[in-house]
Amino acid sequence: MDITHETLAAHPEHGEHHGPGPNTVFGFWLYLMTDCILFATLFAAFAVSRRQYAEGPTGHDIFDLKYVAVETFLLLVSSCTYGLAMLSAYRNRINGLVLWLGVTFLMGLGFIGMEVNEFSHLVAEGNGPDRSAFLSAFFTLVGTHGLHVTCGLIWMVVLTAQILIKRKGIPSSYMNRLMCLSLFWHFLDIVWICVFTFVYLMGVQ
Amino acid sequence: MADMNRAYTGESHGSVGSYAIGFVLSIVLTATAFGLVMVPVLPHVTTLFTIAGLAAVQVFVHLVCFLHMNSSSEQRWNVTAFAFAVLTVAILIVGSLWIMHNISEHMMPGASKSQIPMDNM
Repeated sequence: MDITHETLAAHPEHGEHHGPGPNTVFGFWLYLMTDCILFATLFAAFAVSRRQYAEGPTGHDIFDLKYVAVETFLLLVSSCTYGLAMLSAYRNRINGLVLWLGVTFLMGLGFIGMEVNEFSHLVAEGNGPDRSAFLSAFFTLVGTHGLHVTCGLIWMVVLTAQILIKRKGIPSSYMNRLMCLSLFWHFLDIVWICVFTFVYLMGVQ
Repeated sequence: MADMNRAYTGESHGSVGSYAIGFVLSIVLTATAFGLVMVPVLPHVTTLFTIAGLAAVQVFVHLVCFLHMNSSSEQRWNVTAFAFAVLTVAILIVGSLWIMHNISEHMMPGASKSQIPMDNM
């Protein structure tokens, strides 16, 4: 309640003053919390069926930890480069912002490419989501995360294009969008920490 | 870290310092978790609990260093919403595991023998 009154009152005076548009960013934060619950249901489904192999392969048979370590590294570095993009944005440096967004995008694209490659190999070997409850839960959980990352990448391209078209300074409305994408991107990294720990690392144990 | 934030930007925007600290910590935590599983030096159960603990620490590091969560008043509602989400997530996951564990114990006496008992995560 407080926050609505404060920010509604504060907004008209501030106008173009830079600041993360508390309502927009807070609203997006609430969306992320609901997304958290979506992932929690998928994690719960995975936790319940993680040993239901139906005589199919186990995690030990199909997971390649070195491959997953590279994926993890890509996502971790991309989180950091997005942070650098935000720092450039706060200093109103468009070139730096676009450069770091580009690096982040390539890292994210690399991650998605590796994941698609992993999935297509699994399906080609007959270990698709229809093989066992374990694989259904695995594909749903990891696939949903991958879908989120893909959406983040599309969002990043659109935002970068908009900023490049504007080309003169970064208006505060764009700062809000950058801030929301920043939250989204870091949030996906946090979900990935849980994925690699509970799915991959515990799966090969 | 809070001081560094203030020195660079004045608000909870983060700084090169906070991102660098977060990055180094998360690389170390990730490498430790992968290392413990790839080169098993600890007993099985200890490894499971250790990597779960490392994940929890890393999530916390990301929240503080990358998402800039803190205890300041403008962050209060973010933290409240987050705390509620954590509670919901815990109920969902622990509840699901508990119920399904009980079901497999009571409903399928024959089938449960062939399966490795579900260890709580």
